[in-house]
Amino acid sequence: MSVYPLEHATASATLRRRLTAVEEVGKFIHAKPLGAAGAAVILAMLIVAFLARALAPYDPYTGDYELQFARPSLDHWLGTDEFGRDVLSRIMYGARIALFVGFTASVAGCSLGALLGVLSAYWGGRVDLLLERVMDILLSFPQLILALAIASILGPAVQNVVIAIAIPIVPRVARVVRAAAMSVKENVYVEAVRALGASRPRVVLQHIVPNVFAPYLIMLTAQLGSAILAEASLSYLGLGTAEPTPSWGLMLSGSAASYAEKAPWIAIFPGIAISLGVFGFNLFGDSLRDALDPKLRRG
Amino acid sequence: MRRPGRPSFAVLTCLLLVAALVPAAGAAPDDKPRAGGELVFIVAAEPPSFDAHREETFAMLHPGAPQYNTLMRVDPFDRTGTKFVGDLAESWTISADRRTYTFKVRQGVKFHDGSLMTSRDVKASYDHIISPPPGVVSSRKATYQSVESLDAPAPDTVVFRLKYPEASFMAALASPWNWIYKADILARDPRWYEKNVMGTGPFKFVEYVRGSHWIAKKNPDYWDKGKPYLDGFRAIFIPSSSAQVAAVRGERAHIQFRGFTPADRDNLVSAVGKKITVQESPWNCSIGATPNEQKKPYDDKRVRRALTLALDRWEGSKALSRIALIKEVAGIQVPGTPWATPPAELEKLAGYGRDITAARAEARRLLKEAGAENLSFTLVNRAVPQPYEPFGIWLIDQWRQIGVTVKHSVLETSSWFQALRNGEFEVAVTAPCNSIVEPDLDIHWFLTTSPVNYGKHKDTVMDDLYARQSRTLDPDERRRLLRQFEKRLYDEEIHFIMGFQWHRIIPHSSKVRGWTIMPSHFLNQQLDTVWLAE
Repeated sequence: MSVYPLEHATASATLRRRLTAVEEVGKFIHAKPLGAAGAAVILAMLIVAFLARALAPYDPYTGDYELQFARPSLDHWLGTDEFGRDVLSRIMYGARIALFVGFTASVAGCSLGALLGVLSAYWGGRVDLLLERVMDILLSFPQLILALAIASILGPAVQNVVIAIAIPIVPRVARVVRAAAMSVKENVYVEAVRALGASRPRVVLQHIVPNVFAPYLIMLTAQLGSAILAEASLSYLGLGTAEPTPSWGLMLSGSAASYAEKAPWIAIFPGIAISLGVFGFNLFGDSLRDALDPKLRRG
Repeated sequence: MRRPGRPSFAVLTCLLLVAALVPAAGAAPDDKPRAGGELVFIVAAEPPSFDAHREETFAMLHPGAPQYNTLMRVDPFDRTGTKFVGDLAESWTISADRRTYTFKVRQGVKFHDGSLMTSRDVKASYDHIISPPPGVVSSRKATYQSVESLDAPAPDTVVFRLKYPEASFMAALASPWNWIYKADILARDPRWYEKNVMGTGPFKFVEYVRGSHWIAKKNPDYWDKGKPYLDGFRAIFIPSSSAQVAAVRGERAHIQFRGFTPADRDNLVSAVGKKITVQESPWNCSIGATPNEQKKPYDDKRVRRALTLALDRWEGSKALSRIALIKEVAGIQVPGTPWATPPAELEKLAGYGRDITAARAEARRLLKEAGAENLSFTLVNRAVPQPYEPFGIWLIDQWRQIGVTVKHSVLETSSWFQALRNGEFEVAVTAPCNSIVEPDLDIHWFLTTSPVNYGKHKDTVMDDLYARQSRTLDPDERRRLLRQFEKRLYDEEIHFIMGFQWHRIIPHSSKVRGWTIMPSHFLNQQLDTVWLAE
């Protein structure tokens, strides 16, 4: 029988010490530079959205009719629109709508989807059969078409846009979480707590839900970008927020196309904002998935 | 320093310019109509039926009108659309008490099936409009309530007798919707014209393919010898406005008669230059806001007055005319027409003054006095880009400047109509639209009994003024009564917060000649005077 010196064991423990938050961030930036870039975009969006009142150079609602179609200049960095409103200020305020709708719709859709996925997996039988057929029906519609149909039934309003975007997210998340929960459900420790007499809610909430949190988080970040894009699409189609509320999709819609030759900045800059926002969330979501997926994690 | 022996650049340029302009000068001022060619025009929607007595849409009128005549018509060269000339009427007399109108009908006019048109056909057509048989829809039946009797005592004579004199009766007879149908056909089947086309007009119907086109060819037996000039026309149905612009730009269509936006006009002019001619006119449609007087605080005229005082119409006109189909600051009649409000009088109305700062201070005072200092409401608007949406955005911006907070609710057309009809709104954007510029026809919208009195106001004083102006035989008296009506509507009671007159913009191929823009897209669509330059 071989005996290992105590010093060796201590040294091993020191090497595996828990990293500080700053170190974790540094490690993430080093390992996932694109994900870090995405996180930076999201952070910038959050700052702009929260501090829009302080950062925006002009009131996004007030038109200066002497300055209709003003080109980008030192006074108006991104120019003005057909009503003489500052495009930069409207983009900054538009970030609020994009993030609000994106976050609330994704969180609501993903949370409901996760809950249904866990219930479906844990209860099984008829509950699972029923829930899965409902999910099949919802999945048979393309995400945006379903959102369009719901938005046109509910009418144009911010809360209706949130509902319209959240509902198509539900079955997608439910499927992923159900698969993860079915795997977790079969673990021995779940059987053990059940044998110890734990109630069903306790088993689900304390032992299954924490273990399906990683796929939930990945789906959440992945759906955020889609939700921002869906909000822009619905607003573009006249089913989202209404003018004069600054919304990126709305800024692209209506007459913006008519002014493509005369004042291209009216459409170009909101378009860039949408692309950048979606790109940021997608990059961050991908990197997060890689970081949280044990199969893809190094070491 | 110029080199000797070489012609100067300026001289060469001048020679080239002269050489270029000589053939152009020969072609450009060509006022003599040229025969031949097919006019291609765009229609943005499909006709629901072929019966003009029933329909209310340009989608039916634009392709259909060239196949028909009316008894009277608007002079096709009068830009105001207020002069009336005979179409199938050769001459007419009006009795001294203005209650009997006797028309001599043209002789020798043939229907497209070869049969002769007589006064019997005119009577049958007007009977179809005024007293439609069961199951037949007549959209303008109410316009002829003053008619007591209609007779055709001889094949060339039609007599209308009125219950009371009506200033607008001649205009009502010049309505572009009152096509003359064949009496025998109407007697056999009063709904035959819903699905068939057969008139006396300058063009004969060939075919209509839904979603694609409507074709008609020249009527060689047309009673107005020498007309029409065109060999025929082809109406093509294109709903998308960008596709319409592309069709005119690419010379696949000569014209779209309803109207384009200022941006479309600018794009076309910058893209094809002199190949495009632009005709513009005030449009006999107005756009404004209707407060729901059944709801508080809009039952208080101080609140309504504050809302109209807040609008800077003169600056708004300049700004909005660059981006929307609206332009003229107007009263109850199209500017430039006989009954329009003189500019000096217009400026006396609430919200029409030039001192917007004073007007807005007064608006704030009125809101405070009415206990509506922090007024907040939802503006119901129609989800139609032009001109509803830009106008709604402008209104909200104007009202913000007197401390009123407005939420914009943009509804799809059927929901918007439903909200208006059910009174489910606080303030709504509305747009009364008319054809011939005539006070009777234009201001009936604001009567207590009007089916489109969406604000549900009750104003018997205004109703009485309307009736009196309509029946008076003295033009000065009529003018005075109209000004009283206008003051009550826009200044004292403010049942409608007038914004602007619409503005019609028709950029068309420079080849299209002989067509004059008018204040309504329902007028001057017979195409008998239109010709194509080479």
